[in-house]
Amino acid sequence: MTDAYVVGIDMIKFGRFPDRTVPDLGAEAALLALDDCGLKIQDMEALYCGNLGQAGGMVGQRILQEIGQTGIPVVNTANACATGATAFREGWMSIKAGVYDVVLAVGVEQMGKGLLGGAGGGTGIPKEGLLGSGTMPAVFAEAGQEHASKYGTTFEQFAKVSVKNHHHSTLNPKAMYQIETPLETVMNAEMIAYPNTKLMCSVNVDGSAAAVICSEKKARELGLMGRAVKVSASVLTSDPWQERDLVMPDVNSCTRLASAKAFEMAGIGASDVNLVELHDCFATAEILHYENLGLCADGEAGKMIDSGDSALGGRCPVNVSGGLLSKGHPLGATGIANIYEVSTHLRGEAGKRQVEGAKVGMTHVIGLGSACAIHVLEKVTA
Amino acid sequence: MSEENTAQGPLPVVPFLKLPEGADPYIEGQKCGACGSIFLGERPVCSKCGERGQLAATKLANQGKLYVYSIVHRSFPGIEVPYISAIVDLDGGGTLKGNLIGVDPDPEKIQFGMPVEVVYKDALGRKDRDGNSYISYFFQPAA
Repeated sequence: MTDAYVVGIDMIKFGRFPDRTVPDLGAEAALLALDDCGLKIQDMEALYCGNLGQAGGMVGQRILQEIGQTGIPVVNTANACATGATAFREGWMSIKAGVYDVVLAVGVEQMGKGLLGGAGGGTGIPKEGLLGSGTMPAVFAEAGQEHASKYGTTFEQFAKVSVKNHHHSTLNPKAMYQIETPLETVMNAEMIAYPNTKLMCSVNVDGSAAAVICSEKKARELGLMGRAVKVSASVLTSDPWQERDLVMPDVNSCTRLASAKAFEMAGIGASDVNLVELHDCFATAEILHYENLGLCADGEAGKMIDSGDSALGGRCPVNVSGGLLSKGHPLGATGIANIYEVSTHLRGEAGKRQVEGAKVGMTHVIGLGSACAIHVLEKVTA
Repeated sequence: MSEENTAQGPLPVVPFLKLPEGADPYIEGQKCGACGSIFLGERPVCSKCGERGQLAATKLANQGKLYVYSIVHRSFPGIEVPYISAIVDLDGGGTLKGNLIGVDPDPEKIQFGMPVEVVYKDALGRKDRDGNSYISYFFQPAA
């Protein structure tokens, strides 16, 4: 089986673009990714497009209507917040299977402001605020509180995640925000769902990212191995049965399952990973995933954030892009945007936020409901 | 808005809240005869072990322990805040999510693992389009 490589990848600066369309945003990232490797839409053999908000709207085809209708197959994916990563993985699979040699993956989303989620549904009366809360800040607060209950993790430790990721984003010109948020500012921000304050919730933004994925033979033929990034693992899981599933969406077991498979596929261990972009949709979530991804032992995540191990310059920097908390979280774009971030470090092109000497990186997203996608990326040593 | 409907008495907020005539309300679980897993709501297949047709109704306890909670300060328009969203493990099996009442919405006042009981009351005055009122379940600290 051939190895698959990212040869071109880019993202737009995340922001709010109410006057643009979803295909237009997707087309911009697609062109940026093509330009990154000097290829044309005519070189692409297939398009894998991730978008959630218009899942029934043939977004991939509408992107081609903007940048070139070449008649190639288009697959549109929707998998909650794992939508972009799922599109990327479909492209990766087509290369691994030997069906195509070079394909394009695009993730794009246009978001409104405000709360996502809501408890209950169906007939009768509204259940939100009656049978607890189904809002995303509350659901992820409850997930974090499970860690607090087991290990004594504090509100302050959760808040420190947000301080760190906002700091990282000051070094990333493509992040939605470049603003320092000291600990007091984070903890004293409007409480949304304890222990998540407003600054501990990801930012709803519009955005897009795209990648050109290529077989080894084709990458060599095109002379694109110089800046290529090897995809050494691509894993997708759903949530295995857990006893509290019906009332408590589980983001842990699907992540643990995926990370174990990813390390096995890549033939590496967690200690080999030089940087991680993980799904910090809420500050509470990042703490859980330190342990789920094996970046520290169970019960040690509080210590990991306190020690600075997960900050730029630390043992294993996490979310140096600013993460979903400050770079922003355009649902369908997030999974490819975090592959862009890790690839940029492996290429040594991350500027002020460069993780020095980065050779191996990992990306992780969670689609609540649940889907987990993990990619392991490696610098090519020619 | 027919008066006939309102005259039929309050409805259960979810199908697994049972309101038997002349007896106390209770939460009904569905227990898998093959693996013992407990679900809320009727279903043909167990999603833990995959056995078909082995699920049987079982009355769940009104006592349990607070597993986790969040204090919700921002919700959708028209939803009164703050409130405590709580997940409770019922004694003998089954997990429920609902509002925790009878305690201040203050992390200092709420302990993980605290004993709670399930109580049944009007659903905060909420009515459906036909004017029906509903009975809901709530958690409160055990007496």
